[in-house]
Parts: sequence; structure tokens; C-alpha cells
Amino acid sequence: MGLVILVVIWLITFISAYFFVAKTWWLPVGASAAAAGIDHHFATTYFLMGIVFVVSQLALGYFAWKYRDRGSATRQALYSHGNNRLEIIWTLLTLILFVGLNFMSSSIWASERFRPAVSDAVQVEVTGMQFAWYFRYPGPDGKFGATKPELQDPSSGGEGAIGLDTSDPASKDDFVTGTMYVPVNREIDVILRAEDVIHSFFIPAMRFKQDAVPGLAIHMHFTPIATGDYEIACSQLCGLGHYKMHGILRVVTQEEFDKWVATQEAGKQ
Amino acid sequence: MATGEFAAHAVHAHAAPTSWIRKYVFSLDHKVIGIQYFFLALTAVFVGMFLSLLMRIHLIWPAAALPLLGEIKPETYLTLLTMHGTIMVFFVLTTAPQGGFGNYFLPIQIGAPDMAFPVLNMLSFWVTALAFFVMIAAFFVVGGAPLHGWTGYPPLSALQSAGPGEGLGADLWVISIALFCVGALMSALNFITTTLDMRARGMTLMRMPLTCWAWFITAILGLLAFGVLLSAGILLLLDRNAGTSFFVPLVTINGQLTGHKGGSPLLWQHLFWFFGHPEVYIAILPAMGLCSQLLSVFSRKPIFGYKAMVYAMLSIGFLGFMVWGHHMFMSGMSPYTAFAFSVMTMAIGVPSAIKTFNWLGTIWRGRIRFASPMLFALGFVSLFISGGISGPFLAQPVLDIQLHDTYFVVGHFHLIMGVASIFGIFAATYYWFPKMFGRMMNESMARWHFFITLIGTYAIFMPMHYLGMAAHLRRYSQLTELKYLHGLVPLQEFMTYAAFITIAGQFIFLFNLFWSMKFGDKASDNPWEATTLEWTTATPPPHDNFGGHIPVVYNGPYEYSVPGAPRDYIMQTDPEVVKAH
Repeated sequence: MGLVILVVIWLITFISAYFFVAKTWWLPVGASAAAAGIDHHFATTYFLMGIVFVVSQLALGYFAWKYRDRGSATRQALYSHGNNRLEIIWTLLTLILFVGLNFMSSSIWASERFRPAVSDAVQVEVTGMQFAWYFRYPGPDGKFGATKPELQDPSSGGEGAIGLDTSDPASKDDFVTGTMYVPVNREIDVILRAEDVIHSFFIPAMRFKQDAVPGLAIHMHFTPIATGDYEIACSQLCGLGHYKMHGILRVVTQEEFDKWVATQEAGKQ
Repeated sequence: MATGEFAAHAVHAHAAPTSWIRKYVFSLDHKVIGIQYFFLALTAVFVGMFLSLLMRIHLIWPAAALPLLGEIKPETYLTLLTMHGTIMVFFVLTTAPQGGFGNYFLPIQIGAPDMAFPVLNMLSFWVTALAFFVMIAAFFVVGGAPLHGWTGYPPLSALQSAGPGEGLGADLWVISIALFCVGALMSALNFITTTLDMRARGMTLMRMPLTCWAWFITAILGLLAFGVLLSAGILLLLDRNAGTSFFVPLVTINGQLTGHKGGSPLLWQHLFWFFGHPEVYIAILPAMGLCSQLLSVFSRKPIFGYKAMVYAMLSIGFLGFMVWGHHMFMSGMSPYTAFAFSVMTMAIGVPSAIKTFNWLGTIWRGRIRFASPMLFALGFVSLFISGGISGPFLAQPVLDIQLHDTYFVVGHFHLIMGVASIFGIFAATYYWFPKMFGRMMNESMARWHFFITLIGTYAIFMPMHYLGMAAHLRRYSQLTELKYLHGLVPLQEFMTYAAFITIAGQFIFLFNLFWSMKFGDKASDNPWEATTLEWTTATPPPHDNFGGHIPVVYNGPYEYSVPGAPRDYIMQTDPEVVKAH
């Protein structure tokens, strides 16, 4: 029975570890300025925790086999209540490992979340509702006009869905789209809102995730570094259509972005 | 404890009942109540497992028409996961290890004739049972059961118009949880008082088996955590039905104003997780205590670092109240607090690692007997390691950005809180069944059950980590909409097949349980040659546990293979005092 335990635990360990090492399934390709740092720290954590996983599972399997009761051939078990010095060494090692990992990653977290977006960042207001994302751009005045809950009408889409108050002068040049356009290599200042329940704005390739909470306008920033289309998902359970609440982030060059903005503005006239 | 003996006599004034109802239904006997809790959890676990089976079927065959149930719609899928999570967390993981085995064995292991408050004990069981019936009733009311997930985040959980199931079903869901909290609070009071006041002479705190320490610490956590959830539940009920706005700001649902304004959705998350994180330890601590015990018993070796184990459990309990914010890194909470919660969370990994080290230290140079309880204890350690190492990923906010709300989280907590705790429950069942029912469970069936469950649960939950790294979000009822999910469907299919086999394996356990009650081999008083007090008394124990006398304790709980002793174990009640240390 000791041998069976050893074989089963070792097999589980090797098979699990194989898929981690072979990277059969892995993080989606990163396309934001923060992705490389995050992925690097992920890999570091992965490597260290992987060692802990394999070593302790192998030890467990090995001990189960090695110290099995073999009847009269076995010597008596060791009468020992433990070893304080080993306990202290073990405690310090894990403390250094765990808290050290934490401090290593804190600078990335700080640069992502402690500072606001730069002043010339591209502003996009993202509004989540059951079950769609809408994106609002402030237009040439750089100001978002007012929105009012009583004007919100999801069935009308676009400006109506987010309840844009057209009587506010600042909202005259605002435009609302269903696809999120942003220029490459510019910091994007995302302002997250939700109309009904909590949603969560997740762009896997950008390593970007943040809840959109009704009643709050949350600022968060990221910088795309490669053009292309990226999927946006909702990652917080928001109701029966949660699975289909998705969108597209289209990262384009600055020229294409300017041209697109001009077209949107022309459409407003 | 000089007071123990007197207190014990005074409390256990109630005589053995004679009527069937007082003996088996409204019993005051902690042993009967323990068995009642156990069967409540057994019912709940099969309901919860059936719900998960439906979820697995729906994920890979979304259009399948099931007999009696028909096609599972996306909203039905969400009610399945909500009820699966709620039933499993409350009525299985909280109920079986503490209410079930704790109730039965805490008094016996500390040498008491019953719990401190037998009437309160009966009441806490029946309130818990009522809570379960209310929860199940949610399936059968108009609109069905709620779809807001076991975490019940408002505004989704607070507004009737937010989705199907958010009407009466959601009210019943909140009421059930509130009732459960009341039952758990009464039970926690009882456990704490019993441990402090009812210990037999010689049973000092540091001579208590680690199981008793675990139940004791779990009860303290329960006392502090369930009160908070109870208040949160009452506030949610008021938001839903009395027009208050504790958790709901000014929102519209599908363009309609709801009449609420000024509430904070994050307040619920803080209250919920202030309960929710200690709850994880409420589920796992009893399993830790028990598996420590079993590794020692079946390795015929003292536990490695008894004091370190006690301090580790105490620090897990203490730190467990300071880490709730790690569930909220992406919630909109201040990023500075995220950093603080992250440090505390990484710190709580340290006592968990100490325990793992000590478990390995316990079997090292032991003389291992592979009885079924030991198999599950070893499985527990393996699962605890596997579930534990994914913790430091999720505890770092910067990695949580990518992993939050993905299957990585689902894999993590299922391994460590779900399956590891369930292995604790299985180990407890195989270990104590002889004492509870007077017969041994069948070992061949137990081995089949063990290997199917160990391999099966790894096959289900390890791939969830791969899915999560590939950004597969949880709580998605259809995998068709997001393009990047398409390539992950084969892995989902594999997990469903693994679930079929694992679930089939559980019927071996169920059969073994009932078959052995009637046909198992007769058990002796101490079939495992263990040292703790439950093995000094008759099988099954008499109404007052020790047949009229109160045991006196001379030794610690883990005196195995003491050099020079006549046998390889010394009972806690053996007067030959063990000097070596």
C-alpha cells in the first residue's frame, strides 16, 4: 500500500507539473506596458512555488513508502516530539519566501495603482450595464458632459443607454461607441462606471481588470503597446447574461485614432 | 481544572431519555445531535454534488435535454452554482466537521459527560436543519432559486428586478443564511464553554488532542464571524423588502429607477468577507486537527511539534480576521489597503507551511499503518499542499489582476477548502465510525473510494488552474461568446468526465456507510490502538459517555512508541506517567 501511495502521489505531481512546465495552457500574450513586469513576477512566483509543490509532494509519497509498517522487520517508530530549531528555521524560510515575494511585486502594483494617469492620457469613460459595455469619449473640449440616471435607456443604445444629458454644453461633443478605440503607446485613463449592478472590466491581453461599481467612478490606467483587436470580458457575475457581456478593444496608430475621432465627431453634427 | 468534575456532574443531571422522540429527534445527548448534524451534512453534500454534476453537464452539452429537468438555461446554470456554493460551504463544510464530529467527540475527548448546554445544543441543530429546509425551499418558489452567487454581491442580490430568482427565492436564501448564523452562534458558545469548563481532571489545555484545539479555535472564529454575517444578512433583507439602502446606491435596472440611493455595494463585500475568510478556516481547521491526530496514530509516533501546531492554529485563527480584503483587490477598494491585506495574507501562509512541515515530520521515521483513515489523512496533506501553493499567487494583488474571478481561484479554493476539508470528513468518518456505530467500515470499499476520489478530484480541479491562467472566467454559463474560450473547451470536457467518475465513486462510500452499519465486523473498544479518551470507553459510548465515572488524565495525547513501554501506545488515562520529552 505504501508503494501504491508513492506511485499515485508522484504521478499526480509529475502530470500536474508537466502541464505547468510545458506551458500547454498559459497567460494570453501580453500587449500592455505593464504586462512584461507582471508576467515576469508571475514566472518567479511560479518557479518558487513549483519547487515547494514538487519537493513536498515527493517527500510525502516517499515517506509513506519508506516508513510503512513491514511487520516484525520494521524497527520501532522514532519517539520524538519534534525539534524546535527545525521549526524556527522552517518558519523563517517561509516567512522570507512569502513576504519577500510580496515586496518584490509591490513596486509593480504601486506603479499600476498608486499614481493617477498622466495628464495627457487619452480619456475613455467605460459604462457597464446588463449586459453591455459602452465607451464615451469627451470630444475636443476634453470634458465629459453630465449623465442622469433617469435618462438611462439601454434599449436606445449609445448616448441614451448611458443617460447622456444633452442639455449640458459639455456633452455636445461627447460621443459613445460600442467598440473601444485607443491609440497605441499612449496611456489610457479609464473611468469606470456601472448603471445597475457590479460589473468588472477585464482585458486579458492588457493585464487589466477592475470592478465597475454603481455609485463610483473609478480611474485606472493602462498603456497598450501593440496594435490589434483584443477581447474585453465581464469578470464579475452580473446576472443571467454575464457570459455574453463582452466587447472589443481596438488598438490603432495615433493617425488612425485621430481619423476615427474626426469621423465620430462629424457623425455628431 | 479542579472545577471540571463538579460542573460536569451538575450539567449532566438529565437522565437517559426513554421515549423515541426525546431519544432520536429532540435529543439532548451530544452524541445523537452529532449524528443528526452528520446526516444533515450527508444529505446536503449529495444535493450539492448533484447540482455540480448538472453544472458540469451544462458546460459541455449546453443544449442537452435532461430527463425531468429539460434544457438548462444560462440563468439556471447561475442558480445551480449559487446553491451549490451556499449548500456546500454552510451545510457541509461548516456542519459536518464541527457540528457533526465536534459535537460527538469534543466532550468525550476532554472527558465530559455532555456539552455544557445540552438544550442549546439541540436548539442549534434544529435551527440549522430549519435553515437547510428554507434553503431547499428556494428551488420550489415562483422564480426559483437566486442567481447571485454564494457571495451574494448587491445590488444584484438586493433588487428583485436584477434577474430571475431574485424575488422570493433570494429572500429565502438570505433568511436561510441568517438562521444558519443563529444556529452557528449558539453552537460556538457551547463549544467554547465546554472546552473551557468541562475538561476532566488532568486534561490541561496542553494535553488536549489537536482535534479539540481545532474545534475550540473554530468555535471562537465562528462566534466572531457569524455575528457579522448575521447583521449583514439582516441589512440585505431590509434593503430587499423595507426600502432601505444600506448596500444599494442610485441605480437603474434596464432604465428603471429602483428608488434606492446612497448605499455602498462595497460595504456588503467588507462585511461578507469579514465573515467569509475566517469561514475558510472554520471549514479547514477541524480537518487539520483531525489529520494531525491520524498521522500520529497511524504512524505510531508522537505528533511532530505539538506546541508549534497549537500556536500555528491560533495564529491562523488570529490572522484569519485580518486578510478579508484579499477578496477585494479588484473591487475599487483603496489600492493602499490592498498592499496591507496582501502582506497579512502572505503571513498567514507561514503557519500553514509550519503545519505541513510538521505533518511530514510526523510520518518521518514512523511505522505507518495504511488503514482507511490514514489514507484520507495522507490525501488531505497532498491536497493541502496543492491547494496551498496557489495561495501566494492570489495573495499578491499584482498577480490577482489577471487571476481574480478566473478558474484559477475556483481550483485553489476547491482543493484547499473543499476537497481537503471533505477528505478530513471522510477520514473522520472512517476513523470514528467504529466508535459511533459499533462496527468497522469495509476496508476494500474504503480503498477504492479513496483512490477514485483522490485521482478524480485532482483530475477535476488541477486543470482549473490551467484554465485560469488562460483567463477563463468563472460563472460563465456558455463558452461560445468569448473567442479565446473556444480552445479551452476540451479541458472542460475532460473535467466533466472526471466528475462523472468521481461522483460515481462517492456511492461506494454511501453504500459502505449503510452496509457497514448493519453488516460490518464488530468493533472493539479501541480498534486503532489510539490513546485519546474516546477509546477508553465502551463502543458505542453510554449515555453519559463513561458509564458513571469521570476519567482522570495523566498523559498527553500522542504517546506512541515510548521506549520501554509495554505496548507502542500509552493511553491518556494510563497512570504510568511519561517522563521523556
